[in-house]
Amino acid sequence: MSHSLGLFAAWRRILKRELLLAYRQRNDILTPLIFFIIVISLFPLGIGPEPDTLRLIAPGVIWVAALLATLLSLSRLFNNELHDGTLEQLLLTPQPASVLVFAKITAHWLTTGLPLVLISPLLALSLDMSSTALTYTMLTLLLGTPILSLIGAVGAALTLGLRGGGVLLALLILPLYIPVLIFATGAIIAVSNSYSAEGHLSLISAYLIITLIFAPWVSSYALRISLD
Amino acid sequence: MIFQKYAAPKYFYPLAGKCLPWFAWLSMIALTIGLYLGLFVAPPDYQQGETVRIMFVHVPAAWMSMFVYALMAGAAAIGLVWKIKLTDTFIAASAPIGASFTLLALLTGSLWGKPMWGAWWVWDARLTSELILLFLYLGFMSLQSAIDDPRRAARAGAVLLLIGVINLPVIHYSVEWWNTLHQPASVARVDGPRIHSSILTPLLVMAIAFKLFFVNVVLIRMRSAILDNEADSRWLKEQGA
Repeated sequence: MSHSLGLFAAWRRILKRELLLAYRQRNDILTPLIFFIIVISLFPLGIGPEPDTLRLIAPGVIWVAALLATLLSLSRLFNNELHDGTLEQLLLTPQPASVLVFAKITAHWLTTGLPLVLISPLLALSLDMSSTALTYTMLTLLLGTPILSLIGAVGAALTLGLRGGGVLLALLILPLYIPVLIFATGAIIAVSNSYSAEGHLSLISAYLIITLIFAPWVSSYALRISLD
Repeated sequence: MIFQKYAAPKYFYPLAGKCLPWFAWLSMIALTIGLYLGLFVAPPDYQQGETVRIMFVHVPAAWMSMFVYALMAGAAAIGLVWKIKLTDTFIAASAPIGASFTLLALLTGSLWGKPMWGAWWVWDARLTSELILLFLYLGFMSLQSAIDDPRRAARAGAVLLLIGVINLPVIHYSVEWWNTLHQPASVARVDGPRIHSSILTPLLVMAIAFKLFFVNVVLIRMRSAILDNEADSRWLKEQGA
């Protein structure tokens, strides 16, 4: 078809649309970010202000908060489009749905995952992390949050429009996030104890590549099941 | 093909009915032999004493928890490719049984852990993987019950099962790497099992008994699900059920 867009152009157009929409509803970006900050500030309040304890739990606290913040933002990934009918139109386009879903996932990461990466040094400092641990916190978040968006998209597509969707989504997705949590916090703990974090980082990267290949395709398939 | 015929509920229902008593008796016999061998014949462990006998329930239950999940995922793949309705019935019937085996493995592990490790629960790698497997079962069952349309429920569940079964080894190895306190696998080894036959025999008999029991319960649950789904169909009325 001569009038149809190429894959990359289609991906870019959806991405632009999503980012424009996100810019117009800036609250949607801010809410998970503020949630992330609040959850992390709760831990010193609950555990006590001793810097040694905080340094010990910091990687786990930051990462668990990142998982929860991502989870909170996933419901808006497809829900608005479902209600105004755009989603069906998207699936009817001549371009493969997985490319369009991938554009939506990219936009989701840019508006949810990336802000978490950028704010994390501040929170790491508040938990008294060393500068190497801080760098690796950012690095693991940079590699890991795309995985959260990718796997989350599959869950969001499967639970599309269901009652109790949010809690159900958490139940489906959180167990699948466990490897990311383990590898990421493992990397930060390893460098804090002056070991090499190379193995952990390679594993996160491998997990990222596998989810990059499969998640857009599986979530577009799941969208079709949900809309059938 | 003779097998394809039995994928239709109309032929499967009476076949399952005929097989049921066999599986019921065989699983009863195997359970009796297994429990007798395990509780009375097998010697107490020189370190663990009598508590070692918990293993004869714990290990087969843990095997079953993974076996049932793998079966469900296999059925999900078959169901997605060939669109056989019976696989959906099988998966929906198996999920609560698999979850129960997982829970049983966790509970017996906890009972065994108290005298052995001095704690009801430790964050050991294999216990934790088993706990995550329970979460996967629970997630699958909640997804199924949240969807009203049975076709969508079956297909969405199948996708979730396949994602789960791909992730399971990743989860297992990540958790194993994260912490290990549990004793390493001693039956399924390349160089042959490492335990004495007086313990191995009851263990294997119990494993077979659990499998037969699973088939037994799954057939009962599938038959009642078929009765539920096909309540208005003609063949059921003709059979006078």
